[in-house]
Amino acid sequence: MKYMFYPGCSLHRSARPYLDSLAAIQEKLTMELQEVEDWNCCGATEYMSVYRAPAHALVGRNLALAQQQSNGSDTVMAACSACYLNLEKTENYMRTDEELNNKVNTALAEGDLHYDAGSIQVRHLLDIIYNDVGMDRIKNLVTNPLEGLKVAAYYGCMIVRPDVNQRWNSPEYPTVLEELMEALGAEVIDFPMKTHCCSGHMTQISSDVAYELIRRLIYGATHYEADILVTLCPMCQLNLDAYQIEMNNHFDTDYVMPILYFTQLMGLAFGIEPEELGIGREFVSAKQALAKIGAPVPDEVPEKGKPRRKKKKEEGLPMPQVSTRFNGGSK
Amino acid sequence: MNTTAEPAAPVREGEAATAEPSFLRWIENNTPGDSRLIMCIQCGTCGGSCPSGPDMDHSPRQVFAMVRAGLKDEALSSNTPWYCVSCYLCTVRCPQEVHITDIMYTLKSKAIEEGMAQVDAAKVWSETFIGYVEEYGRSFELGLATRHNIRHRPMGMTRAASLGVGMLAKGRIDLTPQVIEDVGQLRLILWKAKELEAEQ
Ligand code: SF4
Ligand code: SF4
Repeated sequence: MKYMFYPGCSLHRSARPYLDSLAAIQEKLTMELQEVEDWNCCGATEYMSVYRAPAHALVGRNLALAQQQSNGSDTVMAACSACYLNLEKTENYMRTDEELNNKVNTALAEGDLHYDAGSIQVRHLLDIIYNDVGMDRIKNLVTNPLEGLKVAAYYGCMIVRPDVNQRWNSPEYPTVLEELMEALGAEVIDFPMKTHCCSGHMTQISSDVAYELIRRLIYGATHYEADILVTLCPMCQLNLDAYQIEMNNHFDTDYVMPILYFTQLMGLAFGIEPEELGIGREFVSAKQALAKIGAPVPDEVPEKGKPRRKKKKEEGLPMPQVSTRFNGGSK
Repeated sequence: MNTTAEPAAPVREGEAATAEPSFLRWIENNTPGDSRLIMCIQCGTCGGSCPSGPDMDHSPRQVFAMVRAGLKDEALSSNTPWYCVSCYLCTVRCPQEVHITDIMYTLKSKAIEEGMAQVDAAKVWSETFIGYVEEYGRSFELGLATRHNIRHRPMGMTRAASLGVGMLAKGRIDLTPQVIEDVGQLRLILWKAKELEAEQ
């Protein structure tokens, strides 16, 4: 199965473990990913807050590049919910709003590009894994079932809402991720907050608002006795993981809820080493939770729940440069 | 109050006869697709669904009432769109299928244009973010975190700095930005799109 792949900025940066774990499992899933060459940022929720048509032109360039480079697939897959929604919205509005379509294509023409609305399908990674790979194939790939691991399946917002193309079974109570986690052998807990907001960009704007929205989710997962909260969006992962310690300081609480990507749990169930899946790079250590399934987390992970400020990196700085090309799983 | 210079569009069903209708029309025309703003029945489902409700000056419902009443300055100077976290809960729950979240974006960009944006931290965050996108074609988390925090410190500078160090130690942030190959092409496209938007 061949797909065009739009990684987006986060997967090369803060969500590197998401990219690494996807690279580690994609071969087993027989997914062939062709990265859209020279893609640009989707604008997140910011470009659209400042400019209207230019925000769609920004995304339009990615759609035009995908159409131009398309080689055996008309599907562009995104793993980040914001990237997914932005691509899907621009595609949809170019198809249905002639004036916008003209504006975007007039702008694209300045760069000798053109996008024929309707020629690209935009889909999220989870949709492809669930619908194209399918649960039967996934069950067959499981060698190390996640037995005894209690998982809160968290979707956040933009993957299921507004759901421009009606791809999900519910905008507020989807169940696909739960089915996937169960196929991996995990125990899925009830988690009514599964499509509540992670606070989005509020961490940068109002810490009070952000901490409260983060608290509700961490409280919910803890209250329902999850060992781990699993996510499918870089923004959700960052907010719930990196800001969890600050949230605890703010409310004088001591929640410890590790936040992993669903692809990392897939890799563990497929018998792939945690390190290869980017496990150990989370702020709130997953070590204790993963000990339940006998998965060793690399040891450089600092103590659970403590801020990382004094941690020295043995290899020294600067960090290895991340390749701008998806390496297709090869190391 | 009536700051729009355009001639008033004909009054339609649902618009108060005494109101300035062109602001409503402008919002409708500048929100992609059919925003359905005119269909709002003021039921309040949006505000009741909103995780940011308590922090907003007005519920989305109230803002839409202002827009429809032609209270342009009031609508544009409300903090409401800036506290919208784009969760789209209101949008999927609205019985009239009003594109609420999209309208919030339209209001934000219009507020910036008219110099009426209320929540400086949010406005500057958006502008700083897109500045990097226009410079490199990609966002730049480390640059963003430092440049933005020097001015706004939503998490406090020391906390943000310790988070940045943590991100480095975890291999989750780069010291230098990634630049796309044809950033020139991207800029040509964006500048043209801005030109077209300004003609509106
Ligand atoms: S939910 Fe929809 S119809 Fe009801 S007040 Fe909000 S925008 Fe209007
Ligand atoms: S999309 Fe914005 S306005 Fe609507 S419920 Fe979410 S935060 Fe509130």
